Amino acid sequence: MMLLLVIIAPLLAAAVIMLGGPARLVALTAAALTLVLSGLMFLGFGPNERGFRYVASFPISTELHLDFSIGADGLSLIMILLAAIVLLAAIWFTGKIERYENAFYSCLLLMGAGGIGAFASLNLFFFYGFHELALIPTFLLIGIWGSGNRQAAAWKVTIYLALGSFILLIGLIMLYRALPPGARTLDIRMLQAAAGQISPEAQSPIYLLLLLGFGTLISLVPFHTWAPEAYASAPAPAAMLHAGVLKKFGLYGLLRLAQPMLPDAARQWSNLLLALLLANIIYIGFVTIAQRRLDWMLGYSSVMHMGYIFLGIASANLLGATGAALLMFGHGISIALLFAITGELRSRIPSLELNALGGLAKQLPIASFAFGLGTFAAIGLPGFANFAAEIMIVFGAFRNGFDLQHFHFFQWATLLALWGVVMSAVYLLRAYRRVFFGSSPEPVLGASNAMGDLSFGLRFPIALLVASSLFVGFSPQTIINKITPAFRTYLAR
Amino acid sequence: MIPAPYLEAAPVTIGVLLLLVESFLINFERRFLGYAALIGVLVIFGATFFTAPQTATASAPLWNFYSADPLALLFKRIALAATALVLVMMIDYIPVLRAGIEGATPQAGVGEFFALPLFTCAGLMWMSSAIDFVLIFVSLELVTISFYVLVSFTRRNPLTLEAGVKYLVLSALSTGFLVYGIAWVFGATGETNLTKIVAVFARPDLEKTAALFGGVLIMIALGFKIAAAPFQIWVADVYQGAPTPITAYLSVGSKAAGFVVLLRVLEPFLMLRKMQTLFVVIAILTLLYGNLAALPQMNLKRLLAYSSIAHAGYLLVAVVSFSGRALAFYLVAYLLMTLLSFAILVLVEQHGGTDIEDFAGLSQRSPFLAFGMLVAMASLAGIPFTAGFFGKFLVFDAAVAARQFSLVIIGLVTVAAGFYYYFKVVRAMYWDPPASSAAIPVSPLTRVALISMIAGIFVFGIYPHPILNALR
Repeated sequence: MMLLLVIIAPLLAAAVIMLGGPARLVALTAAALTLVLSGLMFLGFGPNERGFRYVASFPISTELHLDFSIGADGLSLIMILLAAIVLLAAIWFTGKIERYENAFYSCLLLMGAGGIGAFASLNLFFFYGFHELALIPTFLLIGIWGSGNRQAAAWKVTIYLALGSFILLIGLIMLYRALPPGARTLDIRMLQAAAGQISPEAQSPIYLLLLLGFGTLISLVPFHTWAPEAYASAPAPAAMLHAGVLKKFGLYGLLRLAQPMLPDAARQWSNLLLALLLANIIYIGFVTIAQRRLDWMLGYSSVMHMGYIFLGIASANLLGATGAALLMFGHGISIALLFAITGELRSRIPSLELNALGGLAKQLPIASFAFGLGTFAAIGLPGFANFAAEIMIVFGAFRNGFDLQHFHFFQWATLLALWGVVMSAVYLLRAYRRVFFGSSPEPVLGASNAMGDLSFGLRFPIALLVASSLFVGFSPQTIINKITPAFRTYLAR
Repeated sequence: MIPAPYLEAAPVTIGVLLLLVESFLINFERRFLGYAALIGVLVIFGATFFTAPQTATASAPLWNFYSADPLALLFKRIALAATALVLVMMIDYIPVLRAGIEGATPQAGVGEFFALPLFTCAGLMWMSSAIDFVLIFVSLELVTISFYVLVSFTRRNPLTLEAGVKYLVLSALSTGFLVYGIAWVFGATGETNLTKIVAVFARPDLEKTAALFGGVLIMIALGFKIAAAPFQIWVADVYQGAPTPITAYLSVGSKAAGFVVLLRVLEPFLMLRKMQTLFVVIAILTLLYGNLAALPQMNLKRLLAYSSIAHAGYLLVAVVSFSGRALAFYLVAYLLMTLLSFAILVLVEQHGGTDIEDFAGLSQRSPFLAFGMLVAMASLAGIPFTAGFFGKFLVFDAAVAARQFSLVIIGLVTVAAGFYYYFKVVRAMYWDPPASSAAIPVSPLTRVALISMIAGIFVFGIYPHPILNALR
């Protein structure tokens, strides 16, 4: 019931706001309630506990194997917690909205509800449907309230995500159809139990479709071009929610469906996945270094960091998979923080060209400090969640197929991926220095200096984001204990 | 229990009564005829739920060419629901109608306008029950001839006249194909009854070439009715020129009846392998043509015309995959979302035009209408939790089950194209500033119809049981 409330609260709030309720108040209340409830559920889930808790099921059609059933294990819970944290921060960070304020908050809440619903669904139909629920809000948020080339960006992201989703849909249908007629089910738990009956030959095309569909949603190279453009044009709260939460849906899907249910195909296609994720890390790394605008650079950096999560997923062992889940959390937090500060900068400064910026730390010390923390977290400095996660991913991936005689493709890939850390340090630290330190070519804030630093109220969401990243960074074990059992069902070590 | 054949007799009787009232009473508001027709259709719709499915018995010769199986009953309900909703739109459309007709009295022609759909409805209902080529032909003609009049009803408008002529000429041509095809099939099999034809087809001494040739000719005629490529050229012009409620009727009623006939006629013919290949090709062409041609459209009526071709493509995928379940559900979803968008178009048309530009800023002028249109477009594009998505889900599921992977791949591409042109309307309504700030008035009756269609889209999007059960 608690889980149901977590899904329904934002949906209900969105409806109330559309009907004319006080937008900011209702949205903040609903998001805070969501966060408190998901925090309680996370605490209530014991370490090393297996299986799904908080299960609720409402049958709809037995003939189609359709029921609205929700439940959560450690992996779902950490994703729901992430979604709740980012949703609250995004709503808090929403500044003054000139046009249709109510619609803006409704769209944000719908995006959040879509993410939470997808992570909590135990039925493929609703798992898929909740994610798609966020599509129209994303289109409207970028199209109406975006900046820069917002129209093109809105079209691009919508069509990419729609096509990716429908490829995914075909993959899911084929997964369902691959089972013998008696065993067919849309329930993820039963599907997992029956998946052993799918022959390796049948697995192969299904896995490829799932990889393609989820990959498009995650911005796997070469299906990534929608992401930087969309994030650069989207209003900051939308970028926070999409990059922080909704993009993780695809990764969650890979960890929940593709890897456990189609293990033979996962092994068969692991070289393809490795090649693509290396492109994500190395090629996009160079592309990110070449960016001249702060928002585009952050957009590309979020594409690049997906490569590490893919590496953890591809490693197919407990260490790597857990690291991937942890990085999903860490990255979600850090990218949300960075987009939030960038959004604040955008509202004060006309241009985000790196060359035109400089010395902002004097005028905006708190924003500068927060951005610095986000930068360090994103690079993977020890003490932040990202560090713990990346270490686990790298060790996990390196161990895969390891033998003393010669290097396997996995070891080469891990070594190459490590260089990506250096690259992200290069572009993030360089951008940090350019924007906040040194001297600006001309007075950047000029007369609008009077606007001053971040308002007092905005320190709370920053503190929330930083604290969750630091907490996980300093004691990752509390979370790992809860995530790992979710992978023990199909990974031996 | 009401015997099924009465269901067709009722709309014809009401139609004749309305015509008599129209001709013998002079001074009264003709709008009431519309309400009378609406009430009549709704009563008949209710009556279908008190009709038990009934199939051929030897007791009466009627049942040799008439069947009231669950499929037929479901399609009768579809026809009745479409007619009722179209009547609501027609009542809203009276002001435009008066401007479009010349006549001595101010209300000239309005009475016929409400009587004709009842005859069309009877034709559609007969079509869904027809299991004999003779009844198929007769009921098809009843539908087509009443549409000849309806399409060119606002005859002062040159666009409407053009639409009427195009529809007349091409329809007559397709009728010719149909009769010729029936003659060939009759020559090859000696039967006009579909169930008996199935038996003949199983015989080894069948003249395959002659039967196949006849079958292809019949497919051409039906392809015209359902607007499948390459028989779709008429659609855009006729849809744009016809009065908007009639366009809606044409795109839903005529299509649904065409598909149910197709489903029945195909049963014997898909036993011939070549016929199946032909249908895959037609489905691919229809999908591609409908979706790609819709991309650049700036006029919503034209866009909906191409979208109706596109949806014919998805429906054909269901037909080729032998899934009556997917076909029936998709048709119901298509009925709801298409009629919803046309109903809103009728309202906006009177305060602007039918271009997408005329929808600019509708979210500020009339938030309710904009929301309704958003739901219709989301459903047409295939966003989850709408009936349109569930339809696509069932269609793709059927295609995967039938291993028609070429259709699945083409379907994927066209779905993505669909998102672009449907969201173009959403963009206009929500992004663009409005041209005028005047709210568009919505009558209570129309509001009820709109709300029930929106509710239907969401309910069937999550709870498809009522329709799936109706087929059993």
